Amino acid sequence: MAEAATETAVEVVDLASTRLRELNQRLHDLSGGAPGPRRWRVLNPNGAHAVACGLDADVEVEIEGHVGYYCAGMNKLATVRVHGNAGPGLAENLSSGTVVVDGNASQSAAATARGGLVVIRGDAAARCGISMKGVDIVVRGSVGHLSGFMAQTGRLVVCGDAGEALGDSVYEARLYVRGEVASLGADCVEKELGDEHRTELGELLLQAGIDDVDPGDFHRYGSARQLYNFHVDHAGEY
Amino acid sequence: MATTENPPNLRESYLFDRTVIAEIQRAAREGIYDIRGFGAKRRLPHFDDLLFLGASISRYPLEGYRERCDTDVTLGTRFAKKPLVLKIPVTIAGMSFGALSAPAKEALGRGASEVGTSTTTGDGGMTPEEREHSRILVYQLLPSRYGMNADDLRKADAIEVVVGQGAKPGGGGMLLGHKISDRVAAMRDLPKGIDQRSACRHPDWTGPDDLEIKIGELREITDWEKPVFVKIGATRTYYDVQLAVKAGADVIVLDGMQGGTAATQDVFIEHVGIPTLPAVRIAADALQELGMHRQVQLIVSGGIRTGADVAKALALGADAVSIGTAALIAMGDNAPELDEEYRKIGSAAGYYDDWQAGRDPAGISTQEDELAARFDPVLGGRKIANYLRVLTLEAQTLARACGKSHVHNLEPEDLVALTVEAAAMARVPLAGTNWIPGVDNP
Repeated sequence: MAEAATETAVEVVDLASTRLRELNQRLHDLSGGAPGPRRWRVLNPNGAHAVACGLDADVEVEIEGHVGYYCAGMNKLATVRVHGNAGPGLAENLSSGTVVVDGNASQSAAATARGGLVVIRGDAAARCGISMKGVDIVVRGSVGHLSGFMAQTGRLVVCGDAGEALGDSVYEARLYVRGEVASLGADCVEKELGDEHRTELGELLLQAGIDDVDPGDFHRYGSARQLYNFHVDHAGEY
Repeated sequence: MATTENPPNLRESYLFDRTVIAEIQRAAREGIYDIRGFGAKRRLPHFDDLLFLGASISRYPLEGYRERCDTDVTLGTRFAKKPLVLKIPVTIAGMSFGALSAPAKEALGRGASEVGTSTTTGDGGMTPEEREHSRILVYQLLPSRYGMNADDLRKADAIEVVVGQGAKPGGGGMLLGHKISDRVAAMRDLPKGIDQRSACRHPDWTGPDDLEIKIGELREITDWEKPVFVKIGATRTYYDVQLAVKAGADVIVLDGMQGGTAATQDVFIEHVGIPTLPAVRIAADALQELGMHRQVQLIVSGGIRTGADVAKALALGADAVSIGTAALIAMGDNAPELDEEYRKIGSAAGYYDDWQAGRDPAGISTQEDELAARFDPVLGGRKIANYLRVLTLEAQTLARACGKSHVHNLEPEDLVALTVEAAAMARVPLAGTNWIPGVDNP
């Protein structure tokens, strides 16, 4: 019973008085199903970098404030919620689990992420989803330039607008934008939005907790696959 | 058999020699730059231009077969909880599964492990075979992040943040579609058969301040256990080394322009970067100025072929060296017995550099199952171990001759240069003089 109680209690860590190293180590100690608290609340992050990164456990971490670079980087299984803004490289190389940011995210959000779900309730800056490798990203607001650059697989959903060069050199990732797209990058084209796409959009929006947006309002973008194998006649496109 | 020798009245142009003419004709025919493997082929100032001053009356040597000359090196002593302890100062450089076949990667691990040194992954991730057969494995973090994941990061013994490589500093990479097998494609999360481009910049950091934060993240993810290397191609070496130290690197990996590549434009290989010889001296100076020489270890690569190269690099300030091209040759690349097969694909033994093409008859730089199956990883591993032992024995021989009980005790004072260029670059006297060009002499 004591162990069960430990696992349901909320462990509070105040970064104003506790070193980041200690927080991350305690979270890492839960890897592989090791016993310990499953619910965590982090106070006073004050823009610290690498908060709750490298997690490999089914835990929930609520961060009360703004975080710096690489929050939730390379995580597996965990759910991390940032009640504030996030700096560059949010959830970079995420393998699985969920990361939710209430505010805005700086550049390179979910860069190279391989799986899981990243939800940004505000805007995301440049290069959102750069080289993404399987992650699902839902942005309630808009994304900056070069978002989806070299995006390999996964899905990027933008409820607002997208900056210049969306999907430059995109591979097989699916990009959905509801608002305006400033410009498309090299080899990125608009594609038909079919029923299967509306269905998956609806599911992604639902997972992201967004219920006031119609999946039918989106446009779909992806690779024209013209640059997959180098040809000199396309040299000007690179 | 008809002779191919030309009459003496035919004079070949120095400027437009047959190689240049052939390249112009190829460019006009194909309309694309030449992409190839290997490293720089042009003549460059190198360790051959240096000589050791063996012991004499003013220095006494160590007995070759009786007195110890140690070769161990510890990497990552600055911050990591678990530094790497190597028995020899020669490591295997990063080479990807994708560029190389799985058996070749396995052989590198086997050989390195047999002699107590490390091997390194590459752009494409870590294979189970490689991890299984590598006692000490360095995991590269590259801009593409192909195959990068936290599980393998935790399995690694050290992390190498790759900023650049000597063959193409400032350039990204390209694995051509014909080397993208099902397995390579799956590891890189990309479709089979397409050209896989590797970015030249990391996706989530830019510049030294960001790099410091990135290294901090890697340390947090791995609980500060693993050494973090930073690999740079030799260009603005002084500043790059100092900035990498400032960013928190445990180890600097410095790759001179002779460093090999699996696939890069020939113009890039031959015309960008500086040779290994000046780079190692600049890097050592940069570390010494910071008071970090031997605190942050320096690994030098790019054209290491012999124990003499190893000893000279160490004498100029390196803690260890890495080999790539030489390791492939040791395993059987460019072997004379394959000459006929090399000729069938437009090359010849001793010249083969089409590592990007995937048709390697030695089964090393290929992803074709039939070719890869020709390569025996056990035998290949044995050859690597043999070669690493020879490099070490040769370096020890030279160190003992200079009276050193550890190869790290070699120093610039043990060297002289054969050419003015080498004297200036290595900052050692021209042989027979006390003149170091560019340095105020007494």
